[in-house]
Amino acid sequence: MELTAKLVNLQKHYDLGTIVVKALRGVSLDIPEGDFLAIMGSSGSGKSTMLNLLGGLDRPTSGEYYLRGQNVATLSDDEISAIRNTLIGFIFQSFNLVAQYSVLENIAVPLLYRPGYPPISSADEDRCNELAKMVGLGDRTDHKPYQLSGGQQQRVAIARALMNDPAIIMADEPTGNLDSKTGEEILGMLKSLNEQGRTIIMVTHEVEVAEQAKSHIYMKDGLIAGHGIFRG
Amino acid sequence: MYHLLRTIRLAIKSLLLHKLRSGLTMLGIVFGVFSVIAMLAIGEGASKQAQEQVLMLGANNIIVRSIKPPEDSGTGGSANVRVLRYGLTRADFNILKGTVPKLSGIVPVREVILNVRNRDHEMNPRVVGCTPEYQEMNHLDIAQGRFFTDQDIRNLSNVIVIASETAEMLFPLESPLNKSVQIKNRAYRVIGVTKERTASAAIGGSLSGQNYNKDLYMPLDTFQSRINTKDTIIKMASGSFSAVSVVYDQITLKIDHPKIVVEPDVIIAIAEMVRETMDTNHAVKRDVDVIVPLELLKQAEQLRNIFNVVLGSIAGISLLVGGIGIMNIMLATVTERTREIGVRRALGARRIDITQQFLIETIVLSGTGGLVGLILGCATPYAFGGIKGIVKYYILDSSGDKSEMANMFLTMTPQVAIWSLPVAFGFSVMIGLVFGVYPARAAARLDPIEALRHE
Repeated sequence: MELTAKLVNLQKHYDLGTIVVKALRGVSLDIPEGDFLAIMGSSGSGKSTMLNLLGGLDRPTSGEYYLRGQNVATLSDDEISAIRNTLIGFIFQSFNLVAQYSVLENIAVPLLYRPGYPPISSADEDRCNELAKMVGLGDRTDHKPYQLSGGQQQRVAIARALMNDPAIIMADEPTGNLDSKTGEEILGMLKSLNEQGRTIIMVTHEVEVAEQAKSHIYMKDGLIAGHGIFRG
Repeated sequence: MYHLLRTIRLAIKSLLLHKLRSGLTMLGIVFGVFSVIAMLAIGEGASKQAQEQVLMLGANNIIVRSIKPPEDSGTGGSANVRVLRYGLTRADFNILKGTVPKLSGIVPVREVILNVRNRDHEMNPRVVGCTPEYQEMNHLDIAQGRFFTDQDIRNLSNVIVIASETAEMLFPLESPLNKSVQIKNRAYRVIGVTKERTASAAIGGSLSGQNYNKDLYMPLDTFQSRINTKDTIIKMASGSFSAVSVVYDQITLKIDHPKIVVEPDVIIAIAEMVRETMDTNHAVKRDVDVIVPLELLKQAEQLRNIFNVVLGSIAGISLLVGGIGIMNIMLATVTERTREIGVRRALGARRIDITQQFLIETIVLSGTGGLVGLILGCATPYAFGGIKGIVKYYILDSSGDKSEMANMFLTMTPQVAIWSLPVAFGFSVMIGLVFGVYPARAAARLDPIEALRHE
């Protein structure tokens, strides 16, 4: 199977002046294409750091990270930005919608940063509407984020993540701020996206959530402690 | 281009999220631009006025005036009847008439303030003895009747033409035409009334302001024979007599030189000649002054430049302060929207995109402020009209008359300088650009993860 991502002895240290925090202390991992990976672990285990590195939001201190065969460490900031825009879709725990934009405009944000700034075509607009419909907000496209419930906001975030048709979706505790029923809905969406062939990497500390994924890793003290689900 | 328009549209959206804050931030620029335009308008108005006035005097004219020499305390002493003799003489008139080249007209004038009455209505207007050319030279329009003619001069007719305010004060309830007015025990028939003419303000210290509306005009020869008898006017003031002997107060020389714009030096050269002649004839007393409107025009120009620089820089400082205000708010905005910046970065925004976003927000803010200021600035002349109305009624000095300051204010007519509009607007946009760079770069420099984690 083709690899989406390959991590080789990845380390990440944060220099806080007086002390150096070693968030990742040598992680090696292969993520095949079409995987639905759940990264678990308690807080401070390095799972968020790992997701940030995987998503190209941060650079490793040492080690190698190949995203679709490309060594991310050698890319410039602008190149990584382009990768985030076209290859990766982000979903956050706290939704992170742009407060002043409507649902439709929020979904369209990734269009603003496409490499080369192609004008927004009517096909793009159609796609925004389509995505809004797909996440069940076709009748609320003019609403502002504060007019939506948490679940609805997260659906907008999913639609936004899908805008540029990314191959990989990074989800950081996507159900963390939602009640269990809404959380399930969101997870269902992620699952169906995975079935469409997208690779999904999700950070969570809830076992029930992780259970929905195909493969699991458990992080502890900046290392992968094991593969599989470890209950309480 | 398309991308820029889109960014501007989104910037407006972001600014509208905090309407009050954006509005207040803009206010600094609004007032800055407004004051730049208003200040320059006042300067421009003043200089336009000065120019107009100089042109009223006639750019082709050379004015020779008698000036009262300073009282020398040595002579005369206790003598209470002493004739003060000074100024232009008939000899001067003849010399000027005979020697000045390209002369197309020469208008002598004698004027004095005298008590004038119509039965129980009395006032102290300026009685002007002049020739018919005076009317055209001073741009006096006739409201009723006619101005006097050469015929009236030759006949020594006892006729007068009165100005609008004079007419109002002497004949409050009737038409003054063909009525008689008493000056120094003689009656004169009113044959005309002039239209109201705006008073002229003083120009750069060389020429005092004149109010043409309280005048009374009389044929020069009539004036010389009846009032300025033997060239002397005796007045009684607080028990003592004073006698002044002046033949002419002013002689205006009209030079025939149509190419004034191209060759102004010709007028200047002739003026120089006149000045030299007058200086030799009046070497001792120095009681004659030569005024060249063309030179005044240049002075007015210089004055305007000084005015513009001073007023412009004061207003410019307020614009600068407005810019600092904008920078301050934008820095706060960047902090407040750190998370949004992080999200945008995660969704693929490059540093340059973030820089651009905030820079354009700042420019839109300052540009909009500039636009509002521009509109306010353009309204200045109209607002001034309103303020003048208030001043007219409320700012009076102790004697119940309009105070000096009010008068100065009333003669001001601001005129928006067209060139100041793009300059002020451009300046406001520039301010946005300059003061926007720092907050925008601060936003772009944020680490995406730190930004996302920001609460």
